[in-house]
Amino acid sequence: MMSILQLCYVIASVMFILGIRSLGSPETARRGMNLASFGMLIAIVGTLFNQQIVNYTWIIAGLVTGTLLSLPISLWIPMTKIPQRIALSHAGGALAACLIGIAEYYRYHASLGSASMGIVAVEVMLGALTFTGSLMVAGKLHGILPGHPITYKGQNIVNISLFIIMIAMLVYISLNPEMNTVFYILLSLSFLFGLFLVTPIGAADMPVVIAIFNSYGGLTGAVMGFMLANRIQIITGALDGASGFILSILMCKAMNRSITNVLFGAFGRMEETEAKAKRTSDTKEPQPISFEDALQFFEQAKTVIIAPGYGMAASQAHHALREFADKLKANGISIKYAIHPVAGRMPGHMNVLLAEANVPYTDLFDMDEINPEFPHADIVLVVGANDVTNPAARTVKSSPIYGMPILDVDKAKKVIVLKRSLSPGFSGVENDLYYKDNTWMLFGDAKDSLSKLAYGFKRAWGA
Amino acid sequence: MPTGLGIYDIYIFILAGFLGFQLISRIPALLHTPLMAATNAISGIALVGSIVVAGENYDIVTNLLAYLAVTCSTINVVGGFLITDRILKMFKKEKKQDKK
Repeated sequence: MMSILQLCYVIASVMFILGIRSLGSPETARRGMNLASFGMLIAIVGTLFNQQIVNYTWIIAGLVTGTLLSLPISLWIPMTKIPQRIALSHAGGALAACLIGIAEYYRYHASLGSASMGIVAVEVMLGALTFTGSLMVAGKLHGILPGHPITYKGQNIVNISLFIIMIAMLVYISLNPEMNTVFYILLSLSFLFGLFLVTPIGAADMPVVIAIFNSYGGLTGAVMGFMLANRIQIITGALDGASGFILSILMCKAMNRSITNVLFGAFGRMEETEAKAKRTSDTKEPQPISFEDALQFFEQAKTVIIAPGYGMAASQAHHALREFADKLKANGISIKYAIHPVAGRMPGHMNVLLAEANVPYTDLFDMDEINPEFPHADIVLVVGANDVTNPAARTVKSSPIYGMPILDVDKAKKVIVLKRSLSPGFSGVENDLYYKDNTWMLFGDAKDSLSKLAYGFKRAWGA
Repeated sequence: MPTGLGIYDIYIFILAGFLGFQLISRIPALLHTPLMAATNAISGIALVGSIVVAGENYDIVTNLLAYLAVTCSTINVVGGFLITDRILKMFKKEKKQDKK
């Protein structure tokens, strides 16, 4: 019996790995994920026949509740809300591991050896802090909690001491597994620590944080696998942990933050904004442009690159953008989209939003792919992106965003920026791009402006 | 039942971690969101551990804890695969020019 179950797990593991591998290309991805979900089914059905199971009441109850709850957050949630939804499921996964850890401790604490106790304690600790931390992330992304960083004097000291106390308790409980109270205090502190960890981080930094919690969640799962001697959980936990880790490194690079800075919860964020740099170019005013003139530009263009940012999604302008882009395309203008890694609120978010608006994925280009093409572009249309287009990141050493990789939109022949006002982006830095000679500002709501452009363009060409 | 840390488990963890690095660094930024949704779904495998604990029927405390754990991981498994598929479905190549 046991061997059949193990066989199920081996098959499932292979299917999971193939499933993740299939995500290397959009063409194979769906099929691969179907395979992975089939693997999951095999693993679950195999487990249900496990002889350790004597009563199915709670299992069935849990499966039914879980399935019912999963439907609304999967089938009907809008794509702009995916980041908070993913953060919520990190919270759920971590909570599950944490609860099982508590249950196992509750049941076996009298007979646990030091090593096992250590594993259980790590699992519970990681699970608890990932749970509350991810809830905070979801709250901040959803706007229930204030999105700006909340800081107070001595915050780092409080957090670091709390962490040290938790580690001390972890060691203590491992040596004295029967100390009930210590275990439960550790549990409560871990919940608290998750909250504290995310408090000082602003909504704009969430792409990094969400990836870190992905990684923590994976590690929690792996530790749970260690505890239950369940190899498939170790494997998936390691894959998940690696995935979160790689994504957080990529996000860090894209925001020019160090990995230590991030691993310790991005404590350093606040210091940067104090050094708010003023704009460095001469005191020129940005040049506004009218719709008629903008349309003239587009009519003469051969290649257009679009640089979208989160502001575009926030104002729901991506559908209008795609309509305008379709018009341009229908008139033989080449259209490409330049996607900065942190253009959305989680890794790859912008691609999903554009795909939702029916932009073919073959038109979407990563920063590294598209940057050499900007000098050849007739027009770059910047929609809702700000800091990621600021040339100060390349040139102005004193700027807080100096060194951040950016889209080189300023190298294009003409840049048209759709923007409501000249307000600075998340970093609080003014954007030098707006004051360049080859930049024109089309003020107004992005969605309105795009609809007007699309309408005007059609009329001009009589298409 | 909690067990000690087996050396094979550590091997498995390390090797799977390396494999994860190799696999995931090949995934284009284009698909990073579905990747996160997918790893989420897959990490819902915690469900199998939760199921065993829930099924052992030790006492009401463990049953309740395990029930909640089964619920949470089921949400991740079912919801995770559904939403991954929903996202992936949107990634299309150049569409036929059906409308202008």
